[in-house]
Amino acid sequence: MSGGGSQARERRQAYLLVMPAVLVLAVVALYPVLAALWLSLHRFILVFGERRFTGLANYVYLFGDARFWSALGNTAYFTAVAVTVELLLAVPLALLLNRAFPGRGLLRASVLVPWAIPTVVSARLWAWMFNPDYGLINRLLGGADINWLGAPGYALHAAILVDVWKTTPFVALLVLAGLQGIPEDLYKAARVDGASPWRQFRAITVPLLKPALLLAVLFRSLDAFRVFDAIYVLTEGGPANTTETLSIYAYKTLMRSGDFGYGSALSVMTFLCVVLLAVVWLKWLGREEGRR
Amino acid sequence: MKRPGLGTALAVVAFLTFFLGPFLWQVLTSLWPDGELTRPWPSHLTGANYQSVLFGRPFLWAVLNSLVVATLTTLFCLTVGASAAFALAKLEFRGRGLLLSAALGVSMFPPIATVSPLYLILNAVGLRDSLVGLALPYTTFALPLTLWVLTSFFRQLPDELYRAARVDGCTPFGAFRRVLLPLAAPGLATTAILVFIFAWNEFLYALTFLSTPEKRTVPVAISLFASEYKEPWGEIAAASVVATLPLVVLTVLFQRRIVSGLTAGAVKE
Repeated sequence: MSGGGSQARERRQAYLLVMPAVLVLAVVALYPVLAALWLSLHRFILVFGERRFTGLANYVYLFGDARFWSALGNTAYFTAVAVTVELLLAVPLALLLNRAFPGRGLLRASVLVPWAIPTVVSARLWAWMFNPDYGLINRLLGGADINWLGAPGYALHAAILVDVWKTTPFVALLVLAGLQGIPEDLYKAARVDGASPWRQFRAITVPLLKPALLLAVLFRSLDAFRVFDAIYVLTEGGPANTTETLSIYAYKTLMRSGDFGYGSALSVMTFLCVVLLAVVWLKWLGREEGRR
Repeated sequence: MKRPGLGTALAVVAFLTFFLGPFLWQVLTSLWPDGELTRPWPSHLTGANYQSVLFGRPFLWAVLNSLVVATLTTLFCLTVGASAAFALAKLEFRGRGLLLSAALGVSMFPPIATVSPLYLILNAVGLRDSLVGLALPYTTFALPLTLWVLTSFFRQLPDELYRAARVDGCTPFGAFRRVLLPLAAPGLATTAILVFIFAWNEFLYALTFLSTPEKRTVPVAISLFASEYKEPWGEIAAASVVATLPLVVLTVLFQRRIVSGLTAGAVKE
């Protein structure tokens, strides 16, 4: 239809059309990540204006820094537990939303409410629910006086609950999209063959839903790993740093101590952990795709 | 439609309670008279918390600031993203897949990873403590979102439209501007809603870059309520409702669009 000249022109115009977006991404994403890496090789205290190259000194210090390891552990625990619980709640919720029943529209609109609420607001809302004196949770427990956000064993789990409340709807939507991609004919054929609903779930739903589930877990674990807002508002990392995640520790080092060198090193480590997590998950996803 | 069984009904009630209950409790708290919070139940409801939040504090400024930042971010991302999404969906060029994967990768960055350099850059160009300057780093996450959602919308438009426009003598850019862009209006609206909600809710950058109290956005203002005054739970609840209500209305009105937009990038066709 079109000659070679036209195609070359199309390609030229394509590059022009994507150019602004590429430039913006380079400025706001690529450059800052590289710059953070460079900053992390310095001793750099903002208020003193002190800045000198120290090579890997920050990283050497980091590997011996117990607070870093504890933050890494908290982040990993938060991610693993939150994502698992979200998945366990999201699958039944998606199955429910996939069925026709009166009030389905209401349920779907309602589950989007926590998703739309700003994380800061949802953390505030739950902080009030967790209030030891007048909070709804202790009221419902018959006047218990559990200090949910002040006790080391409870606080991180309270933060996980906030995350579960806020993001389960998103996971459920991803799972629901996966469910709707399963051809109805498969279930019809299975019913003709006399398969029980449980058997249908095991033999059709679970295997065909697996890619959607893995994708949801990938998105959610990368997202949970960078958790900041909810924990900052709930506890600021306390009590006794038991809820301090990598993002919180890096933020405090950067903005409270003004230590841009070590703070950047912590930021870079957070970034590398997320990359590692993504690579591992993508490898697994790829293997699953290859198997089918 | 089958009549739902008892199990279904129970599950629906359980999920509704879990997802709506805390929000409704917050609404009730916002109407609870100050000084009665220690009681199991309020004796009457009052709008006093709303009055003091809206008129006794600079909270309305925060709402205005958030509106400005979220609108700027949305306009900027749509301007830069629409043409790129069109090219990604309809034109053949090298690096197409790479660009989409890169955008997805960027959207998964932990924001803390870019905080220190962005702080120094914005400081150097004098945009750190400004709402315009805040919209810029917001594009780190809003632009990839724009690209993914819009590209999937452009893909749904038939290729024939594009080819017909080309046969009629349009350049690729002309075909985009005159034919495909107007048809992508629903996609642009969906993207705008998602980007707006993202920018309205963002916290870390706003907390880090803005230092003037009058420039605070809604999430920052709400997070700092306690440190300045003694935990005013009723007022916090009122502010939360004010900050959330526009989003809840938006979400309920456009739930279909939002759901399709959210899952657009995630589900391969």
